[in-house]
Amino acid sequence: MAQITFTDHDGGERTVEAREGQTVMEVAIANDVPGIEAECGGGCSCATCHVYVDEAWSEVVGGPTPMEEDMLDFAFDVRPSSRLSCQIKITSALDGLKVTTPQRQG
Amino acid sequence: MTDIIRTDAVIVGAGPVGLFAVFQLGMVDVEAHVVDILDRPGGQCVELYPEKPIYDIPGLPEVTGQGLADNLLAQIKPFAPRFHFNQMVSALERTSDDRFLLTTDAGTRFDAKVVVIAAGGGSFLPRRAPIPGVEAYEGRSVFYAVRAKDAFRAKHLVIIGGGDSALDWTLNLAPIAESVTLIHRRDVFRAAPDTVNKMRALVDKGVVDLFIGQATGLIGENGMLKAVKAKAEDGSLHEIAADAMLPFFGLAAQLGPIADWGLNLSENLIPVDVKSYQTTTPGVFAIGDVNAYPGKLKLILSGFHEAALMAQAAARRVHPERRMVFQHSTSSSTLQKKLAGA
Repeated sequence: MAQITFTDHDGGERTVEAREGQTVMEVAIANDVPGIEAECGGGCSCATCHVYVDEAWSEVVGGPTPMEEDMLDFAFDVRPSSRLSCQIKITSALDGLKVTTPQRQG
Repeated sequence: MTDIIRTDAVIVGAGPVGLFAVFQLGMVDVEAHVVDILDRPGGQCVELYPEKPIYDIPGLPEVTGQGLADNLLAQIKPFAPRFHFNQMVSALERTSDDRFLLTTDAGTRFDAKVVVIAAGGGSFLPRRAPIPGVEAYEGRSVFYAVRAKDAFRAKHLVIIGGGDSALDWTLNLAPIAESVTLIHRRDVFRAAPDTVNKMRALVDKGVVDLFIGQATGLIGENGMLKAVKAKAEDGSLHEIAADAMLPFFGLAAQLGPIADWGLNLSENLIPVDVKSYQTTTPGVFAIGDVNAYPGKLKLILSGFHEAALMAQAAARRVHPERRMVFQHSTSSSTLQKKLAGA
């Protein structure tokens, strides 16, 4: 199990339990976390599960793959910390991970 | 205006469920034309996840989106479906003799006895630019497609995007526009390498301005653009003068004109009865992800089941004089005759 904290762009925080092997997007959808749409259901085919990874976690989480970068072209307010949450797989190393959802998805 | 195509059935959508509907209709001697806005069959499976494995198709432990579409095309080949790609059914009208007149945005017209809507999440249409307030400019000075190049003659034009559409229009419109600024969030482009090279050559010659960054807002009034606000990679804020903007942010499924066909939509889905998957309009059926009924599961296999039941009801309408005899494919004379002829 790992704890993931989602902060929305207004500062509202939610910490939820995640299982290893799930993606951050799946954890958000399973817990009705607002601000994540995941239109394509996790196929890295849209950009509606966009999150900003907390600076302290950027190294552990890593950067986007080239395919993910292509999809991020369609997102709103992309920053160096931007990832698509469907492409972040939960491992024990991510226990405590903090991400922020953008003002809008697409 | 082209001649009207008279047919038994028009299937709206060439995704897996639309394709399998050709098979089920063919088994009961109902010929079908298939319309899709994309340029090839397969729908979402091919557009969104051609290489991704699907694990829940009965009898196929693992198949990719493209593989499933290819298999379905092979399966329906004996029924010789006629495809009409790159167009969207824009209007559906019931005629006085209880048939349906369908018109596409490309001007193709059909006169059909039954209509099968297998439109999934809708048509793949250009995604709205993620820029606050863009709605107010759409159709007046912000366009998601180029209908006539001349509309951009002598204009200060901003094009946003890094794919083929954005770069192709940059190359095409640079000679006639007063100025072209291409905005893209990073100095990496998804477009074909040759197109990227041509774009860079125009930038080097000073014909095209390349701005690496993101559009953050629009300045203008009454829908007429004056400038695009943009943030560069270093965080600095800029205003780029513009009379027109072409944003290319990919495609997203949107229900589109189906919403106007009087089918009593509920939450963008078409309610159907579960005996035949017929909508509230007799003769119009809806199968796959686009329909709604109690217990609905948005699975491809559910759409296949719905196609089979729909075909029975559609055949009763197309061939009211016939007694329906249920057939298995292993012994179906219809299928065997068609296979022999194929």
